[in-house]
Amino acid sequence: MSETDESAADGSTPVEETATGAEPPSAEDDAAAGGSSPDPDLTDVMGAEADTPAGDDGDRYAPLEVEGLRKEFGGIVAVDEVSFDVEEGTLTGLIGPNGAGKSTTFNLITGMLDPTEGTVRFNGEEITGLQPHEISNRGLARTFQIARELEEMTVLENMMLAPKGQIGESLWRSVMPVTRGSVREQETDQLERVWEVLDFFEIDHLAQEYAGNLSGGQRKLLEMARALLTDPDMLLLDEPFAGVNPSLEKRLIEHIHELRERGYTFLIVEHDMDLIMNNCERVIVMHQGRILKDGTPAEIKESEEVIEAYLGGEV
Amino acid sequence: MSATDIRGLIQGLFERDVTLVLAVLGTIYLLYVLAGVAFGYGLRGQLNSIANLTFYIGVFGMLALALNLHWGYTGLFNIGIVGFMGIGVYVTALVSKPPVAQGGAAQVGGFGLPLSVGIVSGVVVAGLFGLLVALPALRLRADYLAIVTVAFSEIVRFTMMSRTFQTFTVPDTVDLWLFTFDPAADTVGLGGGGGLILNYPDPLEALLRSLFLWEPYLGLIGFVERNYIPNNPKPVLDGVLYGVLLLIGVGLFYLLLSRTGKSPFGRVLKAIREDEDVANALGKDTDRFKLTAFVLGSALMGLGGILWYSSRGSITPPSFRPNITFFIWIALIIGGAGSNTGSFLGGAIFAGVLYEGPRYFKNLVQTAFELGDAPRNFGEAMAGFASLDPMPFVLYTLDSISQLRLVIMGVVLIWLMHNRPEGLLGHRKETASSVDLARPGSAESTGKPAAADGGEER
Repeated sequence: MSETDESAADGSTPVEETATGAEPPSAEDDAAAGGSSPDPDLTDVMGAEADTPAGDDGDRYAPLEVEGLRKEFGGIVAVDEVSFDVEEGTLTGLIGPNGAGKSTTFNLITGMLDPTEGTVRFNGEEITGLQPHEISNRGLARTFQIARELEEMTVLENMMLAPKGQIGESLWRSVMPVTRGSVREQETDQLERVWEVLDFFEIDHLAQEYAGNLSGGQRKLLEMARALLTDPDMLLLDEPFAGVNPSLEKRLIEHIHELRERGYTFLIVEHDMDLIMNNCERVIVMHQGRILKDGTPAEIKESEEVIEAYLGGEV
Repeated sequence: MSATDIRGLIQGLFERDVTLVLAVLGTIYLLYVLAGVAFGYGLRGQLNSIANLTFYIGVFGMLALALNLHWGYTGLFNIGIVGFMGIGVYVTALVSKPPVAQGGAAQVGGFGLPLSVGIVSGVVVAGLFGLLVALPALRLRADYLAIVTVAFSEIVRFTMMSRTFQTFTVPDTVDLWLFTFDPAADTVGLGGGGGLILNYPDPLEALLRSLFLWEPYLGLIGFVERNYIPNNPKPVLDGVLYGVLLLIGVGLFYLLLSRTGKSPFGRVLKAIREDEDVANALGKDTDRFKLTAFVLGSALMGLGGILWYSSRGSITPPSFRPNITFFIWIALIIGGAGSNTGSFLGGAIFAGVLYEGPRYFKNLVQTAFELGDAPRNFGEAMAGFASLDPMPFVLYTLDSISQLRLVIMGVVLIWLMHNRPEGLLGHRKETASSVDLARPGSAESTGKPAAADGGEER
């Protein structure tokens, strides 16, 4: 698997490009290939697509920009001066040993925590300190490290929950006889898309099951499917492969690659070095709250500092 | 799938629920009628007994439904129900009691507005207090919200008793932004420990008059008096009619709350119950949803309180002790949190079996066996054991069965927690959606709706 995945990733990525974005030699080609031309058929299946404006400076457009992010818990600095940006239509990996601050960074970006310092911008808009729901509604979806499906709701209910702009979320529209018709109409439309996404992730046979009855891997699929239904531009996946068996892991990776090809942007926190190295175009390594290294998998592999951080010494 | 198919499915489900509800109610009523026969009740006695039972089924059913919105759907641990009930009925009394003449110092009056205005104000104010409690408290985790709400309900009760709020003198003219009005009331207040006398027109009479049904109703009473119940059947018929109205009220509660539950709104509430962070991360403004649900539930609890107490002659603060709150919780736990049908069934079973049942049981035993007088105190009850005679103890137990109700409820709860923690219907999948979620176009072949409803237990 690694070979094909690697080649696929390499094929669509400028290997030299790094976070600094100083020298983007082949960025325009990639923007055309990966970012702004999703397959029309698939777009149809997945609903509205991430149609973000392309960067005008020749650099690939970066929907997510994190600058000088810092978070202190009491005297402990969990995240220190973290800056990076994630480019459209890419698969970026965020790795690091335990306690490196990866999940905290995620929580800072998605509004679960407020940063002590620093800014987060998404699609050119500052989202620092916004509520999680506001950030989600701007098109930045996340999944959780330990899959947090809504256990005593069916898979279908979980999925139906996600779409944005449901008029039936207003109590009075749902209750009043006159307006309830339009709520039902919208739900019927929405249902079609829910089933399409269920089919895409091949969990349609579980649709009527309580989410709490799913296996660990199925929960990860459900969570990703659910996040996708919020119609995001970008997905932040927190350890999507933890506790997932190898065959399901492969399926998940395939899904991620497929979605990326359609123009979705991914930022993935992961422990498994091999997975990240083989699948991501760009890897950010964190260590003790700081960014240790930011580059292509090949660069990361060569880096002395990274090896030291992971193995605790010279190799 | 056509619309008629969907409707057919929904009706199928509804019919099953209806059957279940009717079966449970039928059983309870049958037992009560049989007990009445055993007691040798005439028609008057039977009707009285039925009316009383219906009253409690109605109020407990309503309040359990309202609590289900808080706890069963949204996971809000509200143990201040009785506070909202009290606010509802006190505000209704304050607004609708006739004003007292100047000089009647001992009496507390009201604003003398029509009862309908009073009831609406009671519901609205209960909802507003729900908002007041919820605004700071909803950021708290479940158990802290519980502390806040139970404290709130006690504050309400102590406020009712407080001398400070016992009476107020209303100024002759009140300026409200643009217009001035002259309230009829001179002295209003909460009446302190003595409570309030509800000397407004009888709610039933007011309702019937407004529907122009008062004269026909009096005619009916006359007819019954001539043919069935010789003297003064009005109180009995009033009771029965009020019970019927309460059951209609339960139906409306059910309709409102099941529509609330089976909608995108209800789906978000369920998601908040399961994991608020996830709902938030999916773009739902969870605070807004919690607030709306809490206010709606509180307003309904206020209405429940009004319907419970407003037809009594008076209200006093001790009626609003937290035990009522716990009764409603037991009703909900029996019925199954999360299910509206279950909530009503829980209310009915609680009212029929645990709340009113022990008294009937005691009377039944006393009618069946010619038993002597019960011992007056626990010492005498135990004394029988000296001569290995358990009868005094049994008699004493039977005699104190009203006090033992709480023990019985406790035992039932413990049994439930061990054997059926989800309650009667808590295991059901009552899908939170206004439409059937089966794959469009495949409803006939897959038979999914059956699976959706089928009692898949966990």
